Amino acid sequence: MDLNFTPEEEIFRNEVRTFLADKLPVRLSDKVANGKHLSKADMQEWHAILNARGWLANHWPVAYGGPGWSAVEKFIFEHECCLASAPRILPFGVNMLGPVLIKFGNETQKRHWLPRILDGSDWWCQGYSETGAGSDLAAVRTTALRGHDAQGDHYIVNGQKAWTTLGQYANMIFCLVRTNREAKKQEGISFLLIDMKTPGVEVRPIITLDGVHEVNEVFFTDVRVPVENLVGEENKGWTCAKYLLTYERTNIAGVGLSVAALERLKRIAAQQMRNGRPLAEDPPFAARMARVEIDLENMKTTNLRMIAAVVGGGVPGAESSMLKIRGTQIRQEISSLNRRAMGPYARPFIKEALDDGYTGMQVGPEAAASAAALYFNNRKLSIFGGSNEIQKNIISKMILGL
Amino acid sequence: MNFEHTEERRMLADSLNRFITEQYSFETRDRIAQSAHGFSPEIWRQFAELGVIGALFREADGGFGGAGFDIAVVFEALGRGLVVEPLLGCAVLAGEVIAAAGNEAQKAVLADIIGGTTIAALAHDEPDTHYELARVLTRAERSANGWVLNGAKAVVLQGERTDLFVVSARTAGAVDDETGISLFLVSSKTPGLVVRGCPAIDGGRVAELSLNGVALGADALLGVEGQGHATLERAIGRGVLALCAESLGAMEAAKSATLDYLRTRKQFGVFIGSFQALQHRMADLLLEIEQARSAVINAAAALDADRLTRERALSAAKVSIGRIGALVAEESIQMHGGIGMTWELPLAHYAKRLVMIDHQLGDEDHHLQRFIALGKQMAA
Repeated sequence: MDLNFTPEEEIFRNEVRTFLADKLPVRLSDKVANGKHLSKADMQEWHAILNARGWLANHWPVAYGGPGWSAVEKFIFEHECCLASAPRILPFGVNMLGPVLIKFGNETQKRHWLPRILDGSDWWCQGYSETGAGSDLAAVRTTALRGHDAQGDHYIVNGQKAWTTLGQYANMIFCLVRTNREAKKQEGISFLLIDMKTPGVEVRPIITLDGVHEVNEVFFTDVRVPVENLVGEENKGWTCAKYLLTYERTNIAGVGLSVAALERLKRIAAQQMRNGRPLAEDPPFAARMARVEIDLENMKTTNLRMIAAVVGGGVPGAESSMLKIRGTQIRQEISSLNRRAMGPYARPFIKEALDDGYTGMQVGPEAAASAAALYFNNRKLSIFGGSNEIQKNIISKMILGL
Repeated sequence: MNFEHTEERRMLADSLNRFITEQYSFETRDRIAQSAHGFSPEIWRQFAELGVIGALFREADGGFGGAGFDIAVVFEALGRGLVVEPLLGCAVLAGEVIAAAGNEAQKAVLADIIGGTTIAALAHDEPDTHYELARVLTRAERSANGWVLNGAKAVVLQGERTDLFVVSARTAGAVDDETGISLFLVSSKTPGLVVRGCPAIDGGRVAELSLNGVALGADALLGVEGQGHATLERAIGRGVLALCAESLGAMEAAKSATLDYLRTRKQFGVFIGSFQALQHRMADLLLEIEQARSAVINAAAALDADRLTRERALSAAKVSIGRIGALVAEESIQMHGGIGMTWELPLAHYAKRLVMIDHQLGDEDHHLQRFIALGKQMAA
């Protein structure tokens, strides 16, 4: 039993810290730390900085441009990035499509698409959920009918995807589409790559309760997709979908995000006053903060136990469902405390104050500007990526055998 | 990073688990737990022979373990078996105080404790101290030949069967000062010491002690006069770890019993485990028990760290265990339905132990406040 990292892992941690100190622009970390909105250019800038170091696709195999890190090194990297308030790596190309292409794509697809993910030529978004297919993902109804014309074999896609994160910035979308309406629902699905500039693709914003344009609806009307854009076999797309949902979940708990958020919360609670003393010393608030800190320490060790099991040759299965549930509960609780810490100043809401170059009126403490919006935005955590209820179904089926 | 126990600890756990399975069936345990003696001298002798008591002491003190993970491994196994023998009160609490504060002559008794021939107990809590470590009203006054003690001690583990009490008493300071607490070795036969025993709801027996002019020799003082607080904190910290690990073992047992029940009990023509309402509750229990396991690992790993790190990890673990232990107990009973309310079902006894662990060495609220206070000290 030894909870410490090895000397080599400590050296690696220092290497990551040095890199972040040198290369992470303060302009970006300030935005992240204060809950400000990142622009498309901000996110692309950070991707390019990581890619230049070879650290962008950090769980791809070395042969495809990954750094060859162990699960522990990935954990350390993720953790240090969060502590330094680095922007997150957008998962759609790097963490979602990349591994699917590496596992199921043909050589031509890999050679074409993978380098473009790394160098930022493509911005991918995810076309999974539909209005009628949320937790019941296999109920997707967007259809792709195979045809042939003068330009060759193709699919004609019709339907609608929902909750497409940052789809407004994307030029490519990977989609689950129904290629066989007769088969059982999981068996008629295919995994298709679609160019967003194709005629018939329309992106409409969905404004979330915090007033933000983060997600979209994507409509497909007679969209022609070359058959070369099919990944894996026709009607076997559910295999890709499932692989994507279970791939690389050792960081699903978001320990680093919560540690960083809790540190910020503690700083705020030390400054805000209640009953003539810092909020951090107000017994009910201190108790809530202590509980979440204890939960976080426990979860961190649970996460490391799982990583150690993976290093020892195990595969993270349904255990990652536990980390997803507890990880999102903790993140939600911290953002809830953050909102409470602002008192009445959580209510004033100047949306533009979170954007670049805002010079207008400030109401209340600086941290108040984003507190409530972030809290409401974080309600998504227990809904997306398989709602927490779905995760409990997985636990009860896969681990408990019920 | 490595979450495997050493070979020695795995062997210790295996032999203890095997012993409990073979010699400590639920029926045997129920008989022992309700007996007038409060535990089984025969089982105790065998624990000594197996080296279970010795595993809780450091080599320098005549044992062959004594580290955080030794305590964790032993007590997790004890928790699975709902063992009522005096490993906590005698070996961990009183044993640690004697080992840490005793002089050579006083420490001679450790060999008898490890050998199973002397039962010791820590008599620290008092009727109105409610877990507060520094609150000691029992007083020790100097006399011509040594000391005279007056006061009362509460809910002392296995008090009626104890040969040697480690008693805390105030020799200076106000009732809740950290300084001024002294520790004394008191033989159970000392005149003026009155022991009144009673059963505990989760099995075994405890006792109330009255000290009415208990006269002790000068050699009864354990450690430095007035400096007992730090020793008590260390010993009670080890006890907290032991209780947390014991709880974890009991949680695992309650979980498997409940899971078995969900897979075999039928209502409305189907196994009740097919109902999502119960599946989700069970999934929550599993998730929480894994957090409890992590809490125990954190506490065991911190047992030899600097004071603030150590005590914070211990309090964090006790908060976690207090909350999760009660949750597992309540949910297990609920999911069992009516049968969960019966004495004949082992699960009910696990549930009682899980809840009562929160009433030993500081409950969830106590340790939450302590965790906050220690954090403030850390930040300062």
